[in-house]
Amino acid sequence: MSEIIKVGMADLKVCKSPDGITTLGLGSCVGIAIRDPITKIGGLAHVMLPDSTAIRQNNNIYKFADTGIVELVRLMELEGAKRARMVAKIAGGAQMFAFQNKTDLVRVGDRNVEASKKALKTLGIPILAEDTGENFGRTVIFYPETGDYVIRAVGKAERTI
Amino acid sequence: MSDITLESMSEQYFDVLKELGNIGAGNATTALAQMLQCKVDMKVPQVKLLEFNQIGDTMGGEEQIMAGIYLCVEGDITGSIMFLLEKESARHLVSKLMGMEMTEDDFSEIELSALKEIGNIITGAYLNSLSTITNLKIYPSVPDLTIDMAGAILSVPAIEFGTLGDKILLIQTQFTDDYELDGYFILVPDLESYAKILKALGLG
Repeated sequence: MSEIIKVGMADLKVCKSPDGITTLGLGSCVGIAIRDPITKIGGLAHVMLPDSTAIRQNNNIYKFADTGIVELVRLMELEGAKRARMVAKIAGGAQMFAFQNKTDLVRVGDRNVEASKKALKTLGIPILAEDTGENFGRTVIFYPETGDYVIRAVGKAERTI
Repeated sequence: MSDITLESMSEQYFDVLKELGNIGAGNATTALAQMLQCKVDMKVPQVKLLEFNQIGDTMGGEEQIMAGIYLCVEGDITGSIMFLLEKESARHLVSKLMGMEMTEDDFSEIELSALKEIGNIITGAYLNSLSTITNLKIYPSVPDLTIDMAGAILSVPAIEFGTLGDKILLIQTQFTDDYELDGYFILVPDLESYAKILKALGLG
């Protein structure tokens, strides 16, 4: 029996086909799904902030796009995935409220998306698809077997990227 | 710059926050009763410091549909405040305020506007009591409203807390008129503002 593994906020998990992996209610956070199509090992990171070096309270490496993605890839490699084969899909990074306050948290959704792309690029992992930005929350389910990344939002049709 | 982190907060500080939450929610309840012109009771609020992973569960899961009202705070302290309400509770309040049952599942423009006003009054009453107790000037911005999954709405204050640590401070209040409503306040002062609130209360 396959199961669906749940990833919380500021969290990441690795799974292997036929299992799937999900994170619920992504807002400004970004869900980065990575897969090795040969071993069918997959991973999902739910990052909250773009840059661990910009903040002093940075011991939770799962929380940041820069450190979280590196850690996810490391854990996948431990399971036997090969980085050269890895491909990624990303979702989230919405701006939930029309205004945000005047701190550096402005456009944190966009900045999370940018930082995730940058981290993936540095690791040499191509992005096959994305569903990012706008102003609504997303629940995502990733299947390493097929690479399907299913996205659900309130009042919208389910889509697969 | 102060070195306070949420993790290092003392019991005493928690008691203070709890009391602030209590008084603030009390004022909010009074405001709600006046607006709806009926009796509204309130249970003693619960103040919780939660891990990011736990906040969704507290509100019935990350996918629970909630109405979230969010506004920024300026003045002597800076930060933001959010008030969350389950969608069904929001429908109930809007119906009551408008004097008619909501027929559609989704909120119309005017119903959204009524809901925004409810949020405005509740958060305003809350901030007012905070301002009175601490003698600090607090000016709220115009509120913004969204109806979406709890996890997605909560990502906004969680990210703000995320710059301070790995936990979020939640004040849960239960209002009852003829219907039980769970309301949640999330107050996100920045670090310096925490120190200012403490100092204003003679605890700094």
